[in-house]
Amino acid sequence: MLRIDCEGKHFSQIGQMIRQTAEKEIFVDNAQGHRYIAAGVGGKNIIVNGTPGNALGAYLDGSSITVNGNAQDAVGDTMNDGLIVIHGNSGDAAGYSMRGGKIFIKGDAGYRAGIHMKAYKDKFPVLVIGGKAGSFLGEYQAGGIIVVLGIGTDSKTNVGYFTGNGMHGGKIFLRSEQLPDLPQQIIARKATAEDMAEIEKYVGEYCRYFGGQVEEILNRDFYVLTADSANPYKQLYTSV
Amino acid sequence: MAINYIYPVYEVVRDFGRCVNCKLCVGQCANGVHFFDEKKGVLRVDDAKCVNCHRCVATCPTRALKIVKSDNTYKENANWTVDSIKEIYRQAETGGVLLSSMGNPQPLPVYWDRILINASQVTNPSIDPLREPMETTVFLGSKPDRIVRDAQGKIVDNMSPQLKLGTPIMFSAMSYGSISYNAHASLAKAAEKLGIYYNTGEGGLHEDFYRYGKNTIVQVASGRFGVHPDYLNAGECIEIKIGQGAKPGIGGHLPGAKIVGDISKTRMIPAGSDAISPAPHHDIYSIEDLRQLVFSLKEATDYKKPVAVKVAAVHNVAAVASGIARSGADIIVIDGFRGGTGAAPTRIRDNVGIPIELALASVDKRLRDEGIRGNVSLVVGGSIRNSADVIKAVALGADACYIATAALMAMGCHLCRSCHTGRCNWGIATQIPELVARLDPEEGCRRLVNLVTAWTHEIKEMMGGMGINSIEALKGNRLMLRGVGLNSKELEILGIKHAGE
Repeated sequence: MLRIDCEGKHFSQIGQMIRQTAEKEIFVDNAQGHRYIAAGVGGKNIIVNGTPGNALGAYLDGSSITVNGNAQDAVGDTMNDGLIVIHGNSGDAAGYSMRGGKIFIKGDAGYRAGIHMKAYKDKFPVLVIGGKAGSFLGEYQAGGIIVVLGIGTDSKTNVGYFTGNGMHGGKIFLRSEQLPDLPQQIIARKATAEDMAEIEKYVGEYCRYFGGQVEEILNRDFYVLTADSANPYKQLYTSV
Repeated sequence: MAINYIYPVYEVVRDFGRCVNCKLCVGQCANGVHFFDEKKGVLRVDDAKCVNCHRCVATCPTRALKIVKSDNTYKENANWTVDSIKEIYRQAETGGVLLSSMGNPQPLPVYWDRILINASQVTNPSIDPLREPMETTVFLGSKPDRIVRDAQGKIVDNMSPQLKLGTPIMFSAMSYGSISYNAHASLAKAAEKLGIYYNTGEGGLHEDFYRYGKNTIVQVASGRFGVHPDYLNAGECIEIKIGQGAKPGIGGHLPGAKIVGDISKTRMIPAGSDAISPAPHHDIYSIEDLRQLVFSLKEATDYKKPVAVKVAAVHNVAAVASGIARSGADIIVIDGFRGGTGAAPTRIRDNVGIPIELALASVDKRLRDEGIRGNVSLVVGGSIRNSADVIKAVALGADACYIATAALMAMGCHLCRSCHTGRCNWGIATQIPELVARLDPEEGCRRLVNLVTAWTHEIKEMMGGMGINSIEALKGNRLMLRGVGLNSKELEILGIKHAGE
């Protein structure tokens, strides 16, 4: 086990300590906006106490990260594999372009959460947001699943504007009374039992990390958003 | 409908006195121009399908074929050119955005051709490169601004990671998908032989090419295709693609139909799914955000790789470059408006961006004025056509040049500008296995090595002529250049005198 006290340290020192240690269990204490914690790291179990800075777990390659606090922007940017659990809120662009692994956010996510998420073969990214999500949720999404639970919110949609803009794959689940305004390329429908079976285990996992009753959460209206056609831009071009 | 009829641009002319009816042309043309008329027992052509790639002309064993421009005309009009008329017809019919390939073909000024190189006469005598060593090696990366010594007075190694190039030329980014496996193999092999680098483009790195890692630059673009820790560590340098000279300000869209087999595997997206690269990186809206991507890449690769940032040459490129030089990036790549592309909207390709010569001169000056030129190396691309262009670019302040269109031509490209059709008869811009097989990677490599070797000889000869024996001594040496036929504003921006001054 390795304990790193962030107090007075530059992010590059923390990064170096994490990369160089043979220890599997790492505690990062006193994080005060230190950026890039665990970028590209695989095979570790990292517990961050405090507020990690931008790009926590960027390119993460199989490690698990628990944040006891809020996270800032670009959590799990281009993450390949692993698990990030945030006992708080996250900033903008959480899970940007993630290809695999899972991110659980107890509270709210900022703008552009899950944008450009994509799946490939055994890689299947999952982003679960307990509270609300900001605008541009799942923009350009190409694969994987985004779930917004809206727990503890009284708003009717739990998401901001332009949800699923440019989406061309994957699914977005919204637990809400009504649908937000959506772009034309999106098909929205009430979740079926089959749909719900798909996310039950992720909601279960959410409750294991943060508490709450799975049945209670699932026993509400969910909407599923998917991309409309395989090739919405195909007719846009003309050439010789 | 008659209103939509566009007369073929080219006519395929067959000399029946020479033609031996071998039908090789039929097999060679993936566009289906040539066909055998069984009834009449003769080879015929459908000119309308011809893209003028010269494959049939070059492979005809009896030299029976030639392709000529059609002399069919519209009523002459200096304002409404033939192309502009045809484009109107096409758009009126389809409602579509005009799509093109390769670099801007419009008759806009080529400043390289308005710049002349100096030579020594009598004083500061020229050097004979055949007898004396000429240094063309360059190192790309951030240079420390001061020498640091330890308590014993020994120099502390504070050098950032550098790319070492045997000659100031590299192969510019072209993704696997936009070009073929064999084209990538040719580039990778040639880069290894030449001691230079090729660039994966934004489509990921095929597993077969990891072994060329020592000569590879891996690219990270807004779509992040194929980007994972192994990929980032596979090359010697990571290039963040912000923009491309052929299409500044817009993203890319490789249709699902082209995401097949190995391309799906390399991009790490399912076969048949669209590969969309959004116009901006949606986590980069400022230099501070760019700095974040630069450093997250450095953290993920343990600060062992220089990070390059590639931008298109646009109006405020000097200010942008100043920001990049302060972002922690080690190399700035500027791509001029003549840079090639596998597909770009015609209007953007032909009208957006500025010439690389002016962009380079203003960026180099701005960075020097601000005292941050040493923070970064400058690499320029966007139609470097020959060794003289390289010399001129270096003298204007570039550390090295990127070539791509020239490299494609070395592999057989005939600049028919039809890459977007995916039916490249030369086996380069296609994924059709029978066409890809036409490009032999060994032969492609041999020709690329020849091209760069020949240019390097010429560079040494021109350097020798100037009395310069190291390419570093030419860098930013604008006194070695003179403009001809340029106005005073152009000379001022280029930072050179007029010929005769």
